[in-house]
Amino acid sequence: MSALAYDTTAMLGRQLQRVRHNPGLLILTQTMPITMLLFFGYVFGSALAMPGAEYRSFLVPGLLVATAANGIMTGMFEAARDSHRGVMDRFRTLPMSRAAVPLGQAASDLVLTTAGMVPLLLVGLAVGWRIEGTAAEAVAAVALLMLFRFAMTWIGILLGLASQSEEAAGQLGGATFILPLLSNAYIPTDNLPGWLRTAAEWNPISAVTTAVRDLFGNAPVPEGAAWPVAHPVAGSLAWCAVLIAVFLPLAVRRYATGGR
Amino acid sequence: MTSTYAVLSEGLEKRFGEVHALRGLDLAIAEGTVCGLLGPNGAGKTTAVRVLTTLLRPDAGSARIAGHDLVREPDAVRRAIGVTGQFASVDGDLTGRENLRLFAKLRRAPKAHARADDLLDRFELTEAAGRLASTYSGGMRRRLDLAASLITRPAVLFLDEPTTGLDPASRNQIWQAVRDLAADGTTVLLTTQYLEEADQLADDIALLDEGRVAHSGSPATLKALIGSYAEVVVAHADAMPQAAVVLDQLTGGEPHFDHERHAVGSVTTDPTLTLPRLVRELDAAGVPLLDASLRPPSLDDVFLRLTDSPTDRKDLVA
Ligand SMILES: Nc1ncnc2c1ncn2[C@@H]1O[C@H](COP(=O)(O)OP(=O)(O)O)[C@@H](O)[C@H]1O
Ligand SMILES: [Mg+2]
Repeated sequence: MSALAYDTTAMLGRQLQRVRHNPGLLILTQTMPITMLLFFGYVFGSALAMPGAEYRSFLVPGLLVATAANGIMTGMFEAARDSHRGVMDRFRTLPMSRAAVPLGQAASDLVLTTAGMVPLLLVGLAVGWRIEGTAAEAVAAVALLMLFRFAMTWIGILLGLASQSEEAAGQLGGATFILPLLSNAYIPTDNLPGWLRTAAEWNPISAVTTAVRDLFGNAPVPEGAAWPVAHPVAGSLAWCAVLIAVFLPLAVRRYATGGR
Repeated sequence: MTSTYAVLSEGLEKRFGEVHALRGLDLAIAEGTVCGLLGPNGAGKTTAVRVLTTLLRPDAGSARIAGHDLVREPDAVRRAIGVTGQFASVDGDLTGRENLRLFAKLRRAPKAHARADDLLDRFELTEAAGRLASTYSGGMRRRLDLAASLITRPAVLFLDEPTTGLDPASRNQIWQAVRDLAADGTTVLLTTQYLEEADQLADDIALLDEGRVAHSGSPATLKALIGSYAEVVVAHADAMPQAAVVLDQLTGGEPHFDHERHAVGSVTTDPTLTLPRLVRELDAAGVPLLDASLRPPSLDDVFLRLTDSPTDRKDLVA
């Protein structure tokens, strides 16, 4: 095994141990969308033009993507926690691969959040959501969710490493809950005023949500939307590729230099 | 020649904006010796350790650690060193055992788990091994930190104020560990604010003042140079000037007055000045003496003497 793979595996193990000792944040971020599914699905669902059952089918993919977008927040918390505590100094004085610490964090996050999708999907099934496409498309939807989570995590890691304090990272991370509100995750964007609709459709969350709805066969691709939403799978892959290409190297570099 | 030095630095500089934390740090630490980097708060001890352990990049100057260039071969340097920083550098979110196992894996220690257990045992942490490190006392965390620095035997061990804030029992444990390592041939650079600690552990002491070495030598030569601190406590404030006159005749040093305790003190480098003589002379002069002592000077006195006055510095360091 290469040094990088070995060190990353060791750091992955460390992250999983940390979560085992302190599962609070993981439990919160994974149960929140279930609460939202029940609230939005039955409270908002009764006020929308769409029938309730149809809205809940529309909502499940949106919540899956919004949960994946929480990778920014979790990535920030974890990276800030590390970088403002002494253990980072020890890693930096070890002859280990520089990229292994953030890679281990991103890898463990992926493992945990992929497993964390299961309860939401089960509650979704209970409230009427169904996989209406092929099995291959459903697998592709899950893979896309994982890729998107991975991309979001790297934004979070970079912001967390650059943060002034754990508290600052906590506040900024908490503010990221508005990102899915400016997308089609919870409501269709068709009726938004022009400029807001354009902004929402260029939100990466919208492209991924549309792709996941399309792959699960829950809702058709909306007509006349901006390119990433009109071509949701290609648009999502492009968004993820760009975000990873920008934020992963920046975060790894930031870690390696440690602002020294 | 260079290969006999475990740490050899020349002209290391480090600035933080306006603050010039290191101004040309020269160190030469022979292999297998313990060097005490002694200095007050803000002298640049932590900065020196962080630069020498690859955590900070120097702005100028060069250094070789265990024969490897600090800037060009940081990974080779990291393989050769162990570091215990001034503040805890273990993961508080893991247990003590998990910490050591992780570091052992990252260091590629053969039989990582067994090595971790050995170290827990050696530093008397076995009982607490299953608890999160964030729940450890200061002394336990220090020991865990030190254990983490010793996973694979380092050629050079850096310890930044390893005993500051520890109770005497924990301090003695750390001291004993340093002595054992030194006996095994590990080179140690330890920083401290306590003259006594440097005296106890170090083969050589480097006095750090405002980012450079103001003086270096063995504890014995340093002590001979800085002498001792003679202090007398008198019965009432009125007797203090009289005591100061006698002290001045005996030591020639500048008197320090502590009006609250009715104490007068001054530094002496006269080896013939003994406590009985001090007491006799003061008594003969009719000073109402309550207490008298002749002891190593405080770090403040050392610095006052070795760094503050330009004439002194020339005389003493030349
Ligand atoms: N990261 C930093 N940013 C700005 N100033 C710093 C930083 N680290 C240290 N300093 C300054 O550099 C000087 C030396 O500090 P330090 O090396 O911590 O001294 P010591 O460890 O001897 O107490 C001090 O004036 C300190 O305030
Ligand atoms: Mg310090």
